[in-house]
Amino acid sequence: MQTANLLPLVLVLAVVAYGLAFMRSRAVAAPLGGIRNLKALPFYYAARAALWSAIPALVVLAAWAGFEGKVIQGIVIASLPQDVWPESAGQASLILSQISNVAAGKLNPDFVPEHIAGAAGLLETLREQSRTFKAILVLLIAVLGAAFAWSRVAPHINARESVERTLRRIFFVCAAVAVLTTVGIVFSVIFETVRFFGRVPITEFLFGTSWSPQTALRADQVGSDGAFGMIPLFTGTLLISAIALLVAVPVGLLSAIYLSEYATKRVRATVKPLMEMLAGVPTVVYGFFAALTVAPFIRDLAEMIGLEASSQSALAAGLVMGVMIIPFVSSLSDDVINAVPQTLRDGSLALGATQSETMKNVIFPAALPGIIGGILLAASRAIGETMIVVMAAGLAANLTANPLDSVTTVTVQIATLLVGDQEFDSAKTLSAFALGMMLFVVTLLLNVIALKIVRKYREQYD
Amino acid sequence: MTDQRSQAEIVRQSLKRRYRKERRFRLYGILAIFIALASLFILFADIIGKGHTGFVKTTITLDVPLNSDAMYLDDPTDKDQISMADFSAPIIAALQTHFPEAEGGSARRELARMVGSYAPSEVRRLLEKNPELLNTTQTMEFLAHDTVSVYVKHADNPSYSIRLSERQQGWVDELVEKGVIDTSFNDVLFSRGDSREPGNAGILGAIVGSLLTMLVTLAISFPMGIAAAIYLEEFAPQNRITDFIEVNINNLAAVPSIIFGLLGLAVFIGLFGMPRSVPVVGGLVLALMTLPTIIISSRAAIKSVPPSIREAAEGIGASKMQVVLHHVVPLAMPGMLTGSIIGMAQALGETAPLLLIGMVAFIVDVPDGFFSSATVLPVQIYLWASSSEQGFVELASAGIMVLLAFMISMNALAIWLRKRLERRW
Repeated sequence: MQTANLLPLVLVLAVVAYGLAFMRSRAVAAPLGGIRNLKALPFYYAARAALWSAIPALVVLAAWAGFEGKVIQGIVIASLPQDVWPESAGQASLILSQISNVAAGKLNPDFVPEHIAGAAGLLETLREQSRTFKAILVLLIAVLGAAFAWSRVAPHINARESVERTLRRIFFVCAAVAVLTTVGIVFSVIFETVRFFGRVPITEFLFGTSWSPQTALRADQVGSDGAFGMIPLFTGTLLISAIALLVAVPVGLLSAIYLSEYATKRVRATVKPLMEMLAGVPTVVYGFFAALTVAPFIRDLAEMIGLEASSQSALAAGLVMGVMIIPFVSSLSDDVINAVPQTLRDGSLALGATQSETMKNVIFPAALPGIIGGILLAASRAIGETMIVVMAAGLAANLTANPLDSVTTVTVQIATLLVGDQEFDSAKTLSAFALGMMLFVVTLLLNVIALKIVRKYREQYD
Repeated sequence: MTDQRSQAEIVRQSLKRRYRKERRFRLYGILAIFIALASLFILFADIIGKGHTGFVKTTITLDVPLNSDAMYLDDPTDKDQISMADFSAPIIAALQTHFPEAEGGSARRELARMVGSYAPSEVRRLLEKNPELLNTTQTMEFLAHDTVSVYVKHADNPSYSIRLSERQQGWVDELVEKGVIDTSFNDVLFSRGDSREPGNAGILGAIVGSLLTMLVTLAISFPMGIAAAIYLEEFAPQNRITDFIEVNINNLAAVPSIIFGLLGLAVFIGLFGMPRSVPVVGGLVLALMTLPTIIISSRAAIKSVPPSIREAAEGIGASKMQVVLHHVVPLAMPGMLTGSIIGMAQALGETAPLLLIGMVAFIVDVPDGFFSSATVLPVQIYLWASSSEQGFVELASAGIMVLLAFMISMNALAIWLRKRLERRW
C-alpha cells in the first residue's frame, strides 16, 4: 500500500479510536452516576485514544517512507556480483537508474546484462515486501495504541493531564523544527563544501580571480588553476548590491522621513500600502521587467550617448533590485524614526529649529543605529536575491567595476550549476554548495549584526 | 541692547535661506515617494502592455475539403493509412480557395505555415472520430501559426512582421479583412499545459502545480507555525534553549530563499531519495521557508490578546492548555490567518528554491497528483521569459498578470479578514 493511501487510513483509525473511547468513557461513568465522577471529560479520554493511535503510527510511517528507498537501493547494490560493484557514487546512480528502468518496464530486460535484470527482479520484490510490511506495521501500531488507550479509560485516570502533556510536547517539537532547519542547512552545505575543498584548495577558492567551472568538466582539468576563484563572483555580487542600495537607501529613507514627519494621515494611508505592494511583487516579475524592459532600455540609452553597454548590464539588475528593496528600507526606517521619543522632536522645535533641521540634526542622529541596521538587512536581501540576477545579469565572470558591463553573482552561479541533472561528485556541482556556504555565512553575519544593532537601539528608548 | 537686536537681525536674515532649505528637503521627500510609486506604475504598465496580447488567440476558420485523393486516404478506420496520409493537403487546399494564384512548392509551404503545426493532427483527429466525413467539406477553426498571430496582434508595429514573407503578409491582411482570421479570448491559456508552440501553450499545468505545492505548504506550515508560536509565547520556559530557538527563527526569516533550495536538494532529494520536480518536495521546501514568517506573525497575534482574558479563564479554573486553546488561540486566529495568508502569498511567488529541486522541467501534462512531475506558475513564467520567441514573452506577461491577480486577491483577503475579524482591545 502506498504512503499516500496509508495516511488517511491512519487518520480514520484515529477517529474510530476517538469515537470508541468516547463511548467507553460514558459507559464507564454511567454506573458511577454520570461523567461528573470521571477525572476528566469524555473528550479527553477520546482525544488521548486518538493521539495514542495516530502519533506512533505516523512517526513510524514517516521514518519508513523516508528511508525505505535508500535501504532498498543499498540491498540491491550489495546483491550485485562483486566484480560489477560500482566504484563511485556516479556509477552507482547509473546502475540504479538502469535497474529501476528495467523494473518499471521502460527498458527491455533482454537488452541489459543478466545481473541487472536479476537485480531488477529483486528490486520489485523488495519494494513489494517493503510496502506490505509497512502497511502491516503501521496499522498494527495504530490499532495497538488505540487499544491500549481504550483499556485505560478509567474513572481514576486523569486523561486531561496526559493529553495536555502530549500537546505541549508536540508544540515544542514544532518550535524545534526551526532549529532542525538551520542544522539541516548547515549540514547540507558543509559536507559538500568539505568535499569540494578536498579537490580545490580553499585559498584558491577564496582568493582566485578567475571563475570558469565549465572547463573543469574535462577529466584532465579537474581543479585546474584558477577555475574556481570566487573573487569575480564576489565583486559582481557587491557591484549589483551596491547599485541596488544606492537606489533604495536614499529613496526609501527620504520617503520614510516624509511619510512620518510631513505627510497627512490620508496621504500616509494611501501611499504606504502602495509602497508595500512593491515588496509583494514576486521576484520573477522583477526579473522579467529587468531583463526585457530595463536592460534593453539602458543599452539603447548608453548607445545614444556613445557608451558601450552589455545587454545584461549590472546596472539594469541593480536598479530593479533597488526598486525591490525600497519598501524594506522605508518600512524599517519608518519604524526607527517613529521610535525616537516625541520629546526630542518637541525640544528641538521649541528652540526654533525648522522641521528639516530637527530631522537632520536631532532625529536622524538618534535613529542612525537603527537605520544602519535596516540598511544591513536590506544589503543581505540584495546579496541573497536570485531571480532578478538570474534573468537580468550574465553568466560570464568578469572582474570589473563598470556598471555597464555584464557581471555574474554568487546566486546566479548556484542556480545555473544546480539546475538540471547533475552528478553529485563533480567539482562543478560541489562548488555550488561551497558558494551556498559562503552566501549563508555572509548573510547570517549581516543579519546577526543588524538585529543586534536594532535591538540595542530599541532598548535605548524603551 | 544693540547686541540683541543684531542677533534678531541675523536670525531674520537667515530665515529665508532656512525656509528654502526646509522646502527643498520636503521636495526631496516627495520626489522619493514619486520615484517609488512611479516604478510601481511603470512595472505594472509595462507588464500589462506586454501581456494583454497573451490573452488573445488568433484563429483561422476554413472550409476544409476532406478529399480522399488529396490526402491519399480511402479509409479513415485503417490505422496504416491514417499514419501515412497527408493531412496538411486539405488545409492548403482550403487556403488556396482564397488565393487561387498560390501554386507551386514554395507557395504551398508558405500557406502551410499560416496555421499552427498542430492543425494537420486536428484534421486527422476529426476523421478518426467521424470516418463518414471523408469527401465532405467541413468548416474548421485552427490556431494561426505563431508568426501570423504575432503579426496580427501587432499590426501597427512593423518590427513584429519580419518573420513573415511579404506574400504571407498580403495573405494575412486579406484574410483579416475577409474575417477568416479572427482574434478571440485565449481559452487555450487556461486549459492546457506547456507546449513548444506559444499558441498551444497554457498555464493550467502550472496553476495546478502551484495549487498542489501550496496545499502541501499550507498543510505543513500553518499548523506547525501556530503550534510553535503557541509554545514560544505561552509555554516556553525562560532559558537558553528557548533563546536559541528564537534566535534561530529570526535568522531563518532572513536566510536567502535559494539556500532553502540547497537544503531541499541535499536533504529531501539526496538523503531521503525523494523524486525530483514533484509538488511534495516543493511544498516541503516552501513550508520550511514560510514557517518563520507564520511563527513571527502568529506570536504577535497571541501577544495582542489582553492578559485579562487569560486571567478570567484561569480564575474560573481552566488549565493552562484550556486557557490557550479555548480562549487565546480563537481570539488570536484572525491575526494568525492574516500572517499565514501573507506567508502563503510569498511562497506562491517564490521561484529560486524550486529551480534547484528540479521543478523547471518542460512538462506538457497537467499534473494529477502530489507525486507527479509539475512546475509552478513563477517557474513557468521564468521559463517562458527566457525564451526568445515573442509569443512566449507575451505568455510570460500574461502569466505574470495571472500570478499577480492571485497574489493581490490573497492579500486583499488578508486585509479583509483583518478588518472584519480583528478586535482592538
